[in-house]
Formats: sequence, C-alpha cells, structure tokens
Amino acid sequence: MGVALKTLTGNYAVATAVKLARVNVISAYPITPQTTIVEKLAEMVELGELKADMIRVESEHSALAAVYGAASGGARAFTATSSHGLLYMHEMLWWVAGSRIPVVMAVVTRTIGPPWNIWTDHSDVMDQRDTGWLITFTENNQETLDETIKLFRITEDERVFLPGIVTLDAFILSHTTEPVDVPDQSLVDAFLPPRKQPYVFRAGEPIIMGNIPRDLKWNMMMREDIDKAMERAKKVIEEADLLWGKLVGRRYGGLTECYRCEDAKHFIIGVGAWVGDMREAVDYLREKLGLRVGLIKIRYFRPFPREDIIKWLNNAMSAVVFDRSVSPSAGGPIFVEVLASLASAGVRTPVRGVIAGLAGVDVTPEDIANAVLTSVSEAEELGTFKQSVLWFYGGE
Amino acid sequence: MPINIKDLPKEKFVLPGDAACPGCPENMGLRFVGMALGSKAILVIPAGCTSIIQGLAPGSGLKFPILNVPFASSDSVAAGLSSAKKILGEDAVVVVWAGDGGTADIGFATLSGAAERNDDLIHICVDNEAYMNTGIQRSSQTPPGAWTTTTWLGKRERKKDLPLIMLMHRIPYVATASVAYPLDFIEKLRKASAIKGFKYIHLHAPCPVGWRFDPAYTVAVAKLAVETGMWILFEAEGGKVSISPPSKPYADKNRRKPIKEYIAMQGRFRNVTQELLTELEKQVDDNWSTLLKLAT
Repeated sequence: MGVALKTLTGNYAVATAVKLARVNVISAYPITPQTTIVEKLAEMVELGELKADMIRVESEHSALAAVYGAASGGARAFTATSSHGLLYMHEMLWWVAGSRIPVVMAVVTRTIGPPWNIWTDHSDVMDQRDTGWLITFTENNQETLDETIKLFRITEDERVFLPGIVTLDAFILSHTTEPVDVPDQSLVDAFLPPRKQPYVFRAGEPIIMGNIPRDLKWNMMMREDIDKAMERAKKVIEEADLLWGKLVGRRYGGLTECYRCEDAKHFIIGVGAWVGDMREAVDYLREKLGLRVGLIKIRYFRPFPREDIIKWLNNAMSAVVFDRSVSPSAGGPIFVEVLASLASAGVRTPVRGVIAGLAGVDVTPEDIANAVLTSVSEAEELGTFKQSVLWFYGGE
Repeated sequence: MPINIKDLPKEKFVLPGDAACPGCPENMGLRFVGMALGSKAILVIPAGCTSIIQGLAPGSGLKFPILNVPFASSDSVAAGLSSAKKILGEDAVVVVWAGDGGTADIGFATLSGAAERNDDLIHICVDNEAYMNTGIQRSSQTPPGAWTTTTWLGKRERKKDLPLIMLMHRIPYVATASVAYPLDFIEKLRKASAIKGFKYIHLHAPCPVGWRFDPAYTVAVAKLAVETGMWILFEAEGGKVSISPPSKPYADKNRRKPIKEYIAMQGRFRNVTQELLTELEKQVDDNWSTLLKLAT
C-alpha cells in the first residue's frame, strides 16, 4: 500500500527523492561520483516527469550560487556534488547558511586530492562542519531516499531555517543497486508542507540581505541564532522521523540509532555506509566472542547528538570511534566531538579514536572487529585504557 | 525611442543617507537604474563599492530589493533568482550590479557561464577601472599608464575589451554607457529589460578618489572620455552593432578632442610619457576601427 519496491542506486534514490519533493530549481556541475544524480534529474526534467528548471552551470561555486538565488526567490531548490566540487562551493555554503535560506544538497562523499582519488572518505563533508548546514550521513539507499525527502521538511521548518546536506558514500552507495521502497507521491505530498522560508525576494518589495551591519553585535547574534537553530533542529528531526514512520512505516530514530545497545558495555561509533559493516562486527563480537558490544550510528553529525552520546556512554566501559577523515594533530572530528560531549557531562568512559578507510581504503567487518577487539580486551583487562588515536589500515 | 528628461519618473531609489564618496559615479548610475527600471528591479550585488554605498544594516540607502553576494557568484545567483521568478509566475527584472573586478576578473567565469546559457538577466558592469573599494588596485579594466596602488609606475597592460568579449558570446543585447549620458543609459536599460535572455551593459564610471580628480568633475571627465574617443558608446541588438548618438561624431578622428585633455584632468596619469600617449592614441584608433568594422 502506497509503496513500490524498485531497484535503485544511491544516486538514483537521491534523484527520485528530489522528484518526489517537487523541487522547482536544480543546478549542479558534474563530478564523479555525483554525476549520475545530475544526469538522472536532467532526464526527468527533459521528459517532463519533473516540472523544474535545470540550470546547467559552469562550476560548483555557481551551482550553489544559482540554487541560493532560486531559493531566495521562493523556489524549492536542490544541488549535489562531491569532494573538490564541495570545496569549491565552500564560500557559498557559509553565505547560504548565514542568509538562513533553506536548500538541500546531496554530497556523495569522496576523497580530496592530491592525488586524484574518486573513492569514498568523509574529508569533503567534514570540511563543511562549521558552515551552519545540517549534515546527515546515510547507511543505505533506502535511508538516502528517506532522509533526502525529510531534509526538505526539516530545513524549511521555521524553528530551523537552515540548509541541509544528505551524504552518501561514493560507489558503496552512490553506484550500488539496492531494493528501495519508493513512497507514493501522495504520501510525500502529505509529509511535505508548502515551502516556508524567512523572506522572499520579490520586485517592488525593497528588502536588503547581507549589507554591512551597523552594530557588530547583531552580526554575532546571527551566528548565535544559527547555533540555537541547530539545537532546535534536534527536535524537528525527531518529529520528522516520527511522522515519516507513520506515513511509510520506516523509522530510523532521531539523530542516532543504537544497535544492540540495551545491555552493551562497549560501544562502536560510526557514520555512513560502513555502519553496515559495523553491525556485522557487533554480531560477530557478541556471538563468537561473547562480548557485550553495541553500535551507535550517528545519523546527524550536525546537529551533533551530544545528549545521545552521553546517555549511551554514561555507564559504558569503553568506546571506539571510527572516523573516515582526520583533522591533523587533533584526531578524527567525530572522535573529538564525542570526547567533548562526554567531558561536558563529566563522563570518564575511555574512548579510542580509530582513523580508517581514508582515501577509500577498504575496511571489512573483520577489520572493524579486530580494531575494536584490541580496545575492548584492554578495557576488560585493565578496566580502562589510555585515550588515543590509532591509524588503522585493516588487512594484515 | 528617445527619452525626454521631463518624462522620467520622480520616484527616488537612491535615498538620502547613503555612504558614497563625494562625486561618486556609482550613485549616479544607481539613480539612473531606478529611473529606468523602477520597482521592477531586483539587484544582485557582489562585493565592491556599492557594498558600502547602500549603507548599514538593518537600514539601506537604496530602495531596491538587494541581495548582496560573494564576488564570483553574482550572475549565477541572479540566474537562479530569475528562474524562481519565472517558475512562480512573478514579474521582475533581475539586475547584477557589479564592478569591473566582479565582472571582468574574479567574476568573469560566472558572467561568461550565465551569458553562454542566455540566462534572463541584465548584467551592469560599473567600470571605475580599478579595485576602488579595496583601495585603488589595478584591474584588467585599468587603462595603460594609470597609477594604482599595485602599479606605482603606471600599468603596462592594455584594458581588456569586455563589451566585445560579451558580444562574442552572441547574447541578445550588449551596450556600453557612460554616467555622463544618462538618457542614453536609461534608454539602453529599458530596451534591455524588454528583451528575454542575457543582457550586458558596460557603464563607464570615473572615480574621483581613484583617478585623482576633483569630485566636482565626475561628469566632465566621463564626457571627455567619450569626446576623446577613449570610451565609445555603442549597442548591439541581436549582434547588430551600432554606434550610439553621443559617440557618433567621434567616428571621425578629426572631430575627437586630444586625449591629452582627458589625461591631464586625472592625477593617475601624471607620469604618462609622450611615448605612452602615442600608444594610447594608437589604441583608441584601433578600438574605433574594430567597432566601425563591426558596425557596417
């Protein structure tokens, strides 16, 4: 009822979601591995399946600029990119968030050069973490489709009014075909209210956006309000999950999903497609080795699920955080934020940061289990371990 | 159709309290944009002098809807905005108001992209021939011999011919204009606003601060640029080039005023040698010869 199973790549799942969200304006510049999103959307527009304007720009900087212009004019707008394209857009990411204009962007996460490398890691999107965009990581193509649709509702909620990024891992999701429930248009229409935004540019209505502030404190207050809106978004994300669940029967949890956490003493924390491998690692560690291990899947990195992390790790014996990117000399960004969250609540659970899978280096469930096992054994034997960052290449 | 000054609308779009320097040509230009397009216009403005001129938030000295944007983004933002207005069925003339840097240099790839796609907007390049807002640094639009704070001995390179580059994008409308000839500029703006697609207008805008002349003489300097042939007013509708009336007499070299008169009014040219002056004269002849060939 209301759903139809289709086989879709992650990129086609994004395109399908964009169509279902009745987007008015699309603008993008091709980059591997995002390209098939743009190609599919162009086809939908040219076949008349999607009534939208497609602005085929000359760069990613212009892609986000065009989407920003369209959204400022009251249109629902979408773009997609990867890696260097995202970095080239970076200036505009700040401008869009600072303008409080809701737009949605898909980021197919890809390694940053040099050298040229098209495989997944999360350095590109982590580079955007301070811009004021919501950032959600997806684990499979179904979640990619669902979260893309949800992000339109969440970003256009007046408690939020911030742009949002939905990420999917290069090739692992973007070019891999999976069965996906495509909800009926009527369900999406029921889920997505007409577009709301704080202001619309219209002829004859003289408003001004972005001119120099008379009082610098106002400028600072704008940043503070983005900070607050990001916090408010937490509730909005949970509401969206609940409503979507009612309509299509799929719930993911809000900012996080916990897998086999109920009696867990040790936790794995991760984001994105390799969370699937982490589930296998958890099963293995529990069933073969009898270790009480659980998995915290961070679905939203922005806003950061501070409260969930504190809740789950409060009485835990240890945690291992997997990062697919690194801030040199500081550790992986998720690791750092988990530590900060715990410190803010006085939780002393030992945490190890594992940096792995950079540059697309393949990491198997066995690799993950091995990396976790070292820390878990240490914690079980000594009761604690030294907080540290480990570069892990997997394999032998 | 020639415009009568008496028929121009009285509604003001440049309000008291703006932050322009005395004698600022950009303010004059914005006033003419208001007269030409009135409340149909939505302005997209990249960084530049007009970022300052419009005044401090939350107020504004300009009565247009204004979207301030980063340097290299303006034509794309305008393309998106224009597309939104079309899709939502709203009437608007989307105008990019950008300096020579925002147009010819840092903004050029975006400009060229939007022109090639024939996005429905008007790009006005308000050309004061250097990066004035950051303190008079050379641009690709600075003429040879001009002093700037990055060319202390005078710029050596020639001015990049943006209007002709835009003409070669085969867009429906290209024109040059000057703040000294408001009716010509207003007529061109109105013509452009009635055409669908990408329209480019290059407005010559002498800057008293950067060119080192008395702010009382902005119009006089702008006029001399035309009378000496240093700046040529023309338009091209559908690629058909015609010299505009104010410039027409100066197709004849003998009727042009000596370039020296134009140079002498501006401190930025104080070190210009006879040799460079001869070179400038040659370039003016060259520019005219190219345009006249296109106009026939």
